[in-house]
Parts: sequence; C-alpha cells; structure tokens
Amino acid sequence: MVKPIATLRSATGVPTGRLAVWWVIASEIVIFGGLLGAYLLHRLGHPEWATYASHTNTWAGAFNTLVLLSSSLSAVLAHNAAEKGNGARAANLLLVTCVGALTFLVVKGFEWTHEIQEGFTITANGFWSFYYCAAGLHGLHVIAGAIIMLFVAADARKNQELQRVELIGIYWHFVDLVWIFLFPLLYIAK
Amino acid sequence: MAESHAHDAHAHDHHEEGWFKKYFWSTDHKMIAKQYLLTGMLLGAVGAYFAYVFRMQLAFPNKPVPGYGLVTGADYNALITNHGAVMIFWVAMPVLIAAFGNFLIPLMIGCDDMVFPRLNRLSYQIFLVSAIVLGASFLVEGGAFGGAWTAYPPLSAKAEYNLTPLGPSLWLIAVALEFVAFLLGGINFVTTAMNSRAPGMKAFDIPMAVWMIVIASILFMASVGPLIAGAFMLLFDQLLGTGFFDPDRGGDPVLWQHLFWFFGHPEVYVVLLPALGFVAEIITTFSRKKLFAYKTVLYTTIGTGVLSFFVWAHHQFIAGIDPRMANVFTVTTVLISIPIAEMCFVYIATLYGGSIRFAVPMLWALAFIAEFLVGGVTGIYLGASGADIYFHDTYFVVAHFHYTFFPIAIIGTFSGVTYWYPKMFGRHMNELWNKVHFWITIVGFNGIFIPLFMLGASGDHRRIFDYSNFPELATPELQQLRVFATVSLLVMLAIQPVFLINFFYSMFKGKKAEANPWNANTLEWQCPSPPPHGNFAVLPEVYRGPYEFSAPDRADDFWPQNSPT
Repeated sequence: MVKPIATLRSATGVPTGRLAVWWVIASEIVIFGGLLGAYLLHRLGHPEWATYASHTNTWAGAFNTLVLLSSSLSAVLAHNAAEKGNGARAANLLLVTCVGALTFLVVKGFEWTHEIQEGFTITANGFWSFYYCAAGLHGLHVIAGAIIMLFVAADARKNQELQRVELIGIYWHFVDLVWIFLFPLLYIAK
Repeated sequence: MAESHAHDAHAHDHHEEGWFKKYFWSTDHKMIAKQYLLTGMLLGAVGAYFAYVFRMQLAFPNKPVPGYGLVTGADYNALITNHGAVMIFWVAMPVLIAAFGNFLIPLMIGCDDMVFPRLNRLSYQIFLVSAIVLGASFLVEGGAFGGAWTAYPPLSAKAEYNLTPLGPSLWLIAVALEFVAFLLGGINFVTTAMNSRAPGMKAFDIPMAVWMIVIASILFMASVGPLIAGAFMLLFDQLLGTGFFDPDRGGDPVLWQHLFWFFGHPEVYVVLLPALGFVAEIITTFSRKKLFAYKTVLYTTIGTGVLSFFVWAHHQFIAGIDPRMANVFTVTTVLISIPIAEMCFVYIATLYGGSIRFAVPMLWALAFIAEFLVGGVTGIYLGASGADIYFHDTYFVVAHFHYTFFPIAIIGTFSGVTYWYPKMFGRHMNELWNKVHFWITIVGFNGIFIPLFMLGASGDHRRIFDYSNFPELATPELQQLRVFATVSLLVMLAIQPVFLINFFYSMFKGKKAEANPWNANTLEWQCPSPPPHGNFAVLPEVYRGPYEFSAPDRADDFWPQNSPT
C-alpha cells in the first residue's frame, strides 16, 4: 500500500509514527491510572488487605522486574542498531527482548498457578481481584508488545520500516514503567 | 517532488478498485466518513423507534403500541436504556466526531488522507462490530440490558436483580469495543491535525471545526480510560463473581459512579465541541463576517475541556457523597457555564452587523444556539446541589439533557449535513423541503420537552413505566402533558422521512454543486465536489486564516485560504 502524503508530512517536526505512539501511551496511562487509582483508594480504606498482600511472592516479582528492565536494554540497543541502518542486528536484539517477555510470562504463569492452588483466586477478596486485574492487564500488554515486536523484527531484517524499531521500543519502555508501579503496589506494600 | 510522485501512485490505485473494495474495504477518509454517517443515521432511526415505543407507553399506558405490541416493564427498561446508549455512543459519537472528523480534517487542513488510513478502516470495522454486539443483546435469553445507560451496580452487576443474565455483559462489551474504535480514530485525528497541515497553515489558521474535533478527541482519550478499566471490573463482577462494586465483599458501588461520570461528563463536551465547530463555520459563511474573537473561542474551548474534568460528581449529589465535596462540585459546575455562555455571546457577536442569509444550514446553526441556551440555563438549577436534591431523577433532568443533547446530536448533525452535503455528494439537497423539515423538527422538539420540564417540576419521576400505580402522579393534568409530549414526538418523527428521501434522492438527482457553492474560505471548498481520491489536484498552500470575509479592499466578499493574492 502506498503511503498517503499526509503520513509523510511533519508540521510539528516529530515523525508521525512517534507522535502517534505518544498519544497511544497517553491514553494507556489513563486506563492504568483509573485502575490503580481505584485500587489505591480501596487499599487505603481496607488495612486488612496488607495481610492478603503478604501472600504474594516478592522474589518472583523482583526477578521479573529485573527481566523486564534488561529487556528494555536490548530494545534500546536495537534502536541504536536501527539508527545505524543495521536491520539484521536490530531484528536480533528485538528477538532478545521477546525472550525477556516470554521469561516474564513464564514466571508469572508459575506464580499464578501457585497462588490459585493456595485458594487465592480472583474472587477470593478485593485485593486478589485487583491483583489479577492489574497484573493481567499488564500481562496482555506484554503479550501484545511481543507480538508487534516480532512483526517489526521481520521487517527490520529486510531493512524495511526501520523507524518502527524505535516506536516499539518506546511502547516497551512504557510497559516496563507500568510494571515499576505495579511491583511496589501489589508485592512490596505489605 | 516526492509529494507529487506519491500522489500519482495514489490516484492510480483508485481505478483498480472493485465494488467491495470501494464501498466496504476502502481506506479513503471520505468513504469511511460516509460509512460512519450512514451507520450512525441507521442507528439513529433505531434509537428514535425506541423513544417512540416508550413514549407511547407513557402517554397511553398498557395499550398495544402500533409496530411493537404491548410494552412490559422489562421491555420498557430495555428500551430507555438502549435509547440513551444508542443515541450517545452509536449516533452522536460516530456522526459528529467520526463521520465529520474523517471527512473534514484532511480536506480542511489540505492533505490527501488521514495519516493512518488502515487504522482508520479498522476503527470503523470495530465500531460496526460493536453495533452488531449491541443488537445481539436483544436476542439473548432474558433480553437486552435494562439498568439505564449509566449501568449503576448493583442493579447492573447481579442477574438476580436485573433478571437479564446475558444482556448487561453484551452491552458492556459493545460499549468497550466502541471506545476502542474511537480511541483508534482519535489518535488518527489528533496526529493528522498536528502533523499533516498544508504548508503555511499555522495554529491560528486552522478552521474552528478542526480545532473542536481535535480537542474533543483529546478529551475523549483523557477521560475514557478509567471507564474502560471500570467496564472490565463490572464485567468480572457479572461473569466471574468478583466483588469490585459489591459492598458485602469490600467493594463500593459509588466507585462505579465515579469511574462512569469521570468519563460521562467530559463526554458531553466531546460531542458538544464538534457541533460548536460546525456552527462557527456556518455562521461566518452565512453572515459574511470574520469569526468574532477567534483566539478567545479557542482558549475558551481549551478552558472548558480542562474544567470538564472537575465537574463529574454533580451527577452524584444524592449518592451519599460527602456534602463538602458536593459544595466543591457545585462551584465547578456553575463555573463551567461561563465559558459556554461566552461561546454563545461570541457567536451572536459574529452575527451582529453581518449580511445574514437564512440558508438551511444557517437556520440549523441559529437553532442550535437558541436551543442549547435553554439546555445550558436549566443546567444551573441542577448544578446547584440544593435544587438538585429536589430535581434529581425527575423529568426536569430528562428535559434538561435533551435540550443539550438534541441540539448537539440532531441539530448539530443536520447543520453539518446540510452545509457539507454539496461537498460530500457533489449535489444540492432540495432547499424547500429542507426548510419544511427544519421547522417541523424544531417545533416538534420543543413540544416534546417543554411539557417534560413542567412534569419534572411537578415531581414526575423518570423511572416509572406506568403512572396508574402512583395516584399523586396519575392526575389528568399531568397525563395531558405526557400525551402532549408524545404527540409532539409523533409529529417530529413523521417529518423525518422527508429529510431521508431528500437526502437519498438528491444524491442521484439533485442539482449539481460547484466546488464552492457557499463562497466559503476554508480549503475543503477549494477542491472539486465531490473530492476525488487524493482530494486536491495540486495540494494547497495556506496564506491566511479561515474567516477572512468582506475584506475592505477586495471585489469578492470572501478570500480563500489558499489564494496567494
């Protein structure tokens, strides 16, 4: 498909794709903001939720934080490679980021299995409802980000649409950042 | 050079399209605009039919309604719920923002398409799916959702209460899909308007309609997030048995009201602003005058947008919120009438001293100002928490918001459609029949809702489907007002086919329209009617603002934005 001239113009000086990603992130911030705001208000009104929160696995959460932050590093390196026009290297680095996403999800899978077996399901009480909602919504973003990254990597390998390496990187940092909020709120605060 | 090359390739694409690709799978912004417009009009007919059925039940209780049959209590609830939801989410939003946004933004800023044409197509398709899901909710066991368009828990959360086990979930999924469609569309609109303007078009050269649609899209993006989160929480309450909104299990039903109205009130301005934008375009063109205080309008709009995030709890004055909080929200609510009043004054000042021509779009635009004013003024009664305790959930509220939403969604749409019809379809509508349609619609509308103000002030509660069980409300005086409102509705509905026939007949048989039939300045009038694929033969450059009418030293009383001299 031929891109319209509209797509190629840049009256603000910011490339169109990057501008759009920032707007996507702005609308996502409000979605997570609404959910976390509701959680915080409930948490303040229910001191007993601290005891429920003590059953979360802080070490698994900390490990996943490390994994996500490292995967952001490879996303930055991919951007760097794309800037230099090295599409193949950018594609490989994006795949490394995808491995990070997969590791994150596997750890989450073990965590959730264990918690559900202990009886801490989404209907157990308010804390666990928010826990599964917030972490689940974030998990969906990890999955979506990884899938998009595979498409971007496939293009980048052919040295096409290299600007998209940066765009998926921006999105990936946002996914990281959300986790940086979730980790203390759901795991550390006890 | 690169621009003209891409342009040729684009025009070439056009000739190879088949019927399906042209009308259903198109990425052309004008076709997507028409898809949104026609879908919105179809759903508007559905919403009007719902209103017809429940107004007949209110005027002539427990008699079979022609074209429907006997209305049960459950039917009544489903009809009012979906009337509200359809008219706001599936008529006002797709027509005012999506249809006109898609059609106008690329044409008015002088480029060939939206920045993301395929995202645009996806946005319409998700919207279409959402409408189908909503329709499906009428066919499932227990029937459609009947807990009001605001969907307050616990009524909306528990099937034991609402007796519709599947309807509420399908309704919520439909609403959430609709939000996704408009988020995609909104990102496209904002990015296009920011980045793809014609060379020379600076911030204050942008036509007001574009500014308004863009600001509305940003308001939507900034307000809808919490409700998307809330919709999933409510869905989990319904389907999985969580207790987010269940006080027995540590939840809070008022939380839903906060999440809903944090979106719901900015939403009023999301649909209001595009209509205000159309009115600005129309009154300048038909009074041949510069828009009075362009920058004031713009800053006022932005101010209204910001303030609209701080008024939501005026919907909850009797929901058990802290009275001190109610005071704060009373102040912010009354404050927001200032910028809106200012907007009305600015428009009236634009008319002052102009050479006014009462063409059909102008009639609609003037009606918009007059009718919306009534909606705004009655809002002050409801914004004051003391008065609201009496008026809450009466027909006074119903009449108030119809005096805001009808001018926005119906009058605003008619003003836009009649103004841009020659550009959309390359032909004129019949002016005489349009005027007949205008007058009967306006008189009918006032005939519906003035009695409802009186009913509401008499204490008529809005959630009752058969007043014969309430002796103090079943008096002949009040019943007469209900019958008057319903008869007015029948008159108003009876004239709408005249518009529809005019709309579709003129598409093929109307008088051919030239490129700039109204002698307007904005860029969409500087390309052929209807614009071809790619819009402009040569992409325009912009030399001045959009409202340079009646410039002293010129022979013409208009001065197109792209004219170098």
